[in-house]
Amino acid sequence: MRSIKTHLVIFSFCMLVIISCGGDDKSTDLNDSFDRSAMLQDWSDLMIIPAYESYLDKLTELRDRKNDFYNGGSIDDLVAMRSAYLSAYREWHKVSIFEIGKAEELALRNYSNIFPTNVEEIIANIDSPDYNLELPSNYDAQGFPAIDYLFYGLEIDDAALVTRLQQENYKTYVSDLVDRLYDLTSQVLLDWQNGYRESFIENDGSSATASVDKLVNDFLFYYEKFLRAGKIGIPAGIFSGSPIATSAEAPYSDIYSKAFFLLGFDAVDDFFNGVGHDGREGISLKQYLEHIAIDNQSQNLAPLINAQLQSARLQASDLNPSLQNQVIDDNNKMLLTYDELQKVVVLFKVDMLQALNIQVDFVDADGD
Amino acid sequence: MRMETDLNSHIISYINCKTKAAPLVVFRILFGLVMCFSIIRFWLNGWIEDLYLKPDFLFKYEGFEWVQILGNGTYLLFFICGLSAFFVAVGFKYRISIIVFFLSFLYIELLDKTNYLNHYYFISVVSFILIWLPAHCNSSLDSGRDLTVKATYISQWQVDILKLMLAIVYIYAGLAKLNVDWMIRAMPLSIWLPSKTHIPIIGSLLDQEWVHYASSWGGAIYDLSIVFFLLWKRTRVAAFIMVIIFHVLTAILFPIGMFPYIMILSTLIFFSGSLHANVLQFISNVLPDVLSYDDNDKAYPSKNNKLYFVILGVFMIFQMIFPLRFITHDGNVFWHERGYRYAWRVMLMEKTGYANFKIVDSVTQKRFYVQNDDFLTPRQEKDMATQPDFILQYGKYLGNHFISQGHKNVQVYVESYASLNGRKSQPFINHEADLMTIDYDTLCDYFITPLDE
Repeated sequence: MRSIKTHLVIFSFCMLVIISCGGDDKSTDLNDSFDRSAMLQDWSDLMIIPAYESYLDKLTELRDRKNDFYNGGSIDDLVAMRSAYLSAYREWHKVSIFEIGKAEELALRNYSNIFPTNVEEIIANIDSPDYNLELPSNYDAQGFPAIDYLFYGLEIDDAALVTRLQQENYKTYVSDLVDRLYDLTSQVLLDWQNGYRESFIENDGSSATASVDKLVNDFLFYYEKFLRAGKIGIPAGIFSGSPIATSAEAPYSDIYSKAFFLLGFDAVDDFFNGVGHDGREGISLKQYLEHIAIDNQSQNLAPLINAQLQSARLQASDLNPSLQNQVIDDNNKMLLTYDELQKVVVLFKVDMLQALNIQVDFVDADGD
Repeated sequence: MRMETDLNSHIISYINCKTKAAPLVVFRILFGLVMCFSIIRFWLNGWIEDLYLKPDFLFKYEGFEWVQILGNGTYLLFFICGLSAFFVAVGFKYRISIIVFFLSFLYIELLDKTNYLNHYYFISVVSFILIWLPAHCNSSLDSGRDLTVKATYISQWQVDILKLMLAIVYIYAGLAKLNVDWMIRAMPLSIWLPSKTHIPIIGSLLDQEWVHYASSWGGAIYDLSIVFFLLWKRTRVAAFIMVIIFHVLTAILFPIGMFPYIMILSTLIFFSGSLHANVLQFISNVLPDVLSYDDNDKAYPSKNNKLYFVILGVFMIFQMIFPLRFITHDGNVFWHERGYRYAWRVMLMEKTGYANFKIVDSVTQKRFYVQNDDFLTPRQEKDMATQPDFILQYGKYLGNHFISQGHKNVQVYVESYASLNGRKSQPFINHEADLMTIDYDTLCDYFITPLDE
């Protein structure tokens, strides 16, 4: 009896010693484990930084066209400014999912794209120039949605609009809105270029505050809250019982809301599959899932997620270019799109988070 | 008849059997210090704010709905709890201090079951036991100032009961691991360990299958056997080294806070009375006289000894039976979680969930969905989505909230999915169940969709 016990002690002791010290064993193939740090590097270098660079280019263009408009003031200048606005708004959808680091600290998304915009607040700000755009109460009076209203929503013809926008108080407000988008974004990009990239890649652990966990949480938060709910669910009345067509994105320019939704959707798809800003493929969540599935001889979730993303895309392709009109004409198509988007949430938030052991909690509290 | 007398006389002689008080005294000091440190750590991490003051809605324990958050008074509550822990450590007004600690700690735990942890439950149980033990009989302000309290010897059972409590924790934790997921599928370690490959030295091993199995089996064997090796003198030192290695490893691998350290320090109780006495003697050199350890060869007065023995005896029998209550429920206890808590199921499963609540007007059939983050913190939402009793409680809260907002004929449904230990996600709660009409105890089988293994 004694010898059995002693053996057990030695056996369990050895087992733990092997586990704790076995790393010295050179025969272990180090490439076997998934390299989270390399994934973080690809996320930074292929996706996040190029996306911000390209977005900032578009904002520079918008700022220049705005300055041209105020130096010149022709209808052509207005048309050029509007077109710069639309391409910046498009490019915005490539960075919105990366609300981490400086972007998170500055609340970039809240200052850039909170809709529906607050027309009364905008008019009040234009009328009394002592407004402060840094206040959270002004989230919905700035950014692209506010510009959308000012460029498309005043219900006057282009010639009258040029005159209106040239008025001193309009000029101040439009300039402030455009310059603010530019300033905030350049701060974010500068931060990535000056050290944040390195600390982001270095923080390659697995905990609520590690880069992978944080960015995946941010990505899912974007998907659930801003893509699924903000662009489709809320206008379709999912959370209110009856549809609210005016809650659609960019309702004044009107015909771009579906395109914006699809751009956000592409960004989600690309992030998951590791498609970089210039189309190059990098290490991704898809590969991470494949790696885990092979290791654990379990089902690979990546094809399931991609299949469901595909069904959502297919359902969405049926929508009217103006989601506002889609809600009014046939809200059922919005609801069907929402349902498909919802199924992806379950795969992401339940299956993927578990497989990758990603913490959902933002508080790094104790567990057991 | 004769047997009974024998048994009685055995029990009586056991109750009166004396032993050195030093192990219990050391336990008191360490317990008090670690608790005091834990409270300070909790405070400095900002968790009082994050876990108790930020949420709008708290998940109350059934029967304890009257426990209310105290606003900024919560800080005072934590202060009292930490201070009483310190008083326990130095043995100042010990009985009052340990009662205050027990009650204030319990109150904090009862505020929100989202924050339930086995080790918090362990602390509550141990502090309840300590109320009835003369742990202040030496190396304490009480015994330094009042020599009638001072003693070198106490009853044997007063040390043994803490060993029994640790045995219950370990053995039930070990028994809970004897299931197909843990032993045959090496789950959830196969999920947890591969995400830790960035850890230096051991990291590269953590996504190897054999390591998952070795850790699962090693953990189960450790839990089931460690107490016996600690009890047996010849293996005690080796076993204690095992305790340290095991718990330090878990501390590196998992975010479990103070628990490993509490367990390492608690198991010191298994060492002999004379060793503890020597340690106390040694540290007495650096402490003020009033706190020093004196070997006065006296036994602690045995007033109430029998009464306290009976009280704690009944309590320990309860502790041995209570974790087994899951047997009365069909199905997988990890899935329905009936009888899951207070049963030493520590780091046993990986479960994620998602719950989407639908509010329906039963007459007009108009419906809308709830955005959970309007009501819950991310931490609460995560815990809610995997635990049926949370889902029901929150569902009823939502229903009553919308009724008070003027909604009529309110029904609450939930579309929910959960994934357990790497299984594909599957429907969790019956989506046809109107949560407003569900009584947890009677309708559980209808309410929870059984796990498809």
